[in-house]
Amino acid sequence: MSVESEKVLLRCIDVTKRYGNLEVLHEVSLDVRAGQVVCVLGPSGSGKSTLLRGINHLEKIDGGAILFDGRLVGYEERNGKLHELKERQYMRTRSRMGMVFQNFNLFPHLTAVENITLAPRLVRRADSAAATANAVRLLDRVGLADKANSYPRQLSGGQQQRVAIARSLAMNPDLMLFDEPTSALDPELVQEVLDVMRALADDGMTMLVVTHEIGFAREVADEIVFMADGAIVEQGDPDTMLTRPSNPRTREFLAKVMS
Amino acid sequence: MTLSTADDTRERELVQLALSGGRIYPRKHWWRIAGMAVVAVLGLVFIETFIFNKNMQWDVVFRYFTSEQILAGLVTTLELTAITMGIAIVLGTLIAIARTSSSAFLQSVSWFYVWFFRGTPVLVQLIFWYNLASLVPEVGIGIPFGPLLVSTETNQLITPFVAVILAFGLDQAAYMCEIVRGGLLSVDEGQKEAAGSLGLTSAQTMRRIVLPQAIKVIIPPTGNQLIGLLKYTSLVSVLAVPDLLYAAQLIYSQNFLTIPLLVTATLWYLIVTSILNIGQYYVERRYSRGSTREVTASITSRLFAGLRRKKEHVDVS
Repeated sequence: MSVESEKVLLRCIDVTKRYGNLEVLHEVSLDVRAGQVVCVLGPSGSGKSTLLRGINHLEKIDGGAILFDGRLVGYEERNGKLHELKERQYMRTRSRMGMVFQNFNLFPHLTAVENITLAPRLVRRADSAAATANAVRLLDRVGLADKANSYPRQLSGGQQQRVAIARSLAMNPDLMLFDEPTSALDPELVQEVLDVMRALADDGMTMLVVTHEIGFAREVADEIVFMADGAIVEQGDPDTMLTRPSNPRTREFLAKVMS
Repeated sequence: MTLSTADDTRERELVQLALSGGRIYPRKHWWRIAGMAVVAVLGLVFIETFIFNKNMQWDVVFRYFTSEQILAGLVTTLELTAITMGIAIVLGTLIAIARTSSSAFLQSVSWFYVWFFRGTPVLVQLIFWYNLASLVPEVGIGIPFGPLLVSTETNQLITPFVAVILAFGLDQAAYMCEIVRGGLLSVDEGQKEAAGSLGLTSAQTMRRIVLPQAIKVIIPPTGNQLIGLLKYTSLVSVLAVPDLLYAAQLIYSQNFLTIPLLVTATLWYLIVTSILNIGQYYVERRYSRGSTREVTASITSRLFAGLRRKKEHVDVS
């Protein structure tokens, strides 16, 4: 299990999101403490991904508040009113959160190393040589030291996702968001990605993981959150959540995925 | 099931023949052969009528081929094409970015631009800019709706050359906008999200992530557009801008050798478009980085590989 502190790194309070008349998130409240690994489970369409995208400000929320490291994500308070932040300002916050996507979203026109060094160089103004050295070190950490100069299309899905994780880590994030990182992978490639994530958790990274991998959640998570129909139905420690869930919807979902 | 002895022998013979690796006689395509004969006859007639026609005066064609007037015209044509294309690419890209932006104002302004310039003939625009002086006699810099601080006569500023650049540049920009927009839309939305999640601003994302990927989709139709533009510039002869065609016209209006001089110009147009074609191939190859697993061959090696394949194919049959 990872090291936990009392410091709340991410706090979601009554987060609500609508697409037209459809409420995809309904008053979701969730705390993630520094060093904690939280796994979000739930059927598709339950709002898990939308929550992650809201946290990263890829989508604007319609109600509630998201605080990262004690500050509102995307907004600031001036004279008792909320103002939208300028792009540069919220980009600074955003770059402290790594995001790993279901479809990897590597940049196909750049090599693995270039994928990793791009953001440090552009956003942090890192020196090119230092950024490359760091990228090589990160590639080694995800077991792909020999793929530094490969283009994404020359890599398998599992390798691409590991490069994507290395790309996020290059910004030294305080929080890593994983949006179904293994759902687009062939079954035999899932494990290599989960191994990298497990190592990351062991190193004390704060992680919020949307996943269908129950085994991973049981083993790595400090807390499991179960969502359905845009709301948190139940949350608790993995043992209780996976063996003795109190909510019938959780039981129904687990029965389906574990059969 | 039993096979009669006769059938059995027959089958064995067929199998033996098929496995013996002997010559196989390909199917005759009679319609193709007939078509080829017709085309061959038409081709001979064409050569007889045009190439071996003494009125063609090939000596005249080649005498003027490198004459000073024709070469100056060629340079003007190339200048017009290059400047116009430069304007069209820059302006078209900006308008395309405006059209795909989230601002409703920018979207409608750019939509209007494309609607207007695609909807009016370029020849009309050409004549319009040329005659701008009759509408606005003076142009200059000053306070909008107020007095001018610096001004000049419109005819001083809008020379025929400038009129042509304006007309073609603004017109082509509308087409380039549509081409660039198609390229921008071809890039997956996830690319922008990934760039954004790493902290890149939207300007950085556009320049480093979206445009480099869109360019693969943008280049082929742009090459097409460039070749089209090179030919369209011959319209400027109506404004007496001495381009390649107008240079030829000036010469044949004096010596009445109309056809030979048109052929001189035509040959130059063909040479330049051929060079542009080759250039396009290399530019496309340059920007296909990361899109294939293999290294792409050069145009000549591809040509030779094609010939070799053809030869092998012939050997087999």
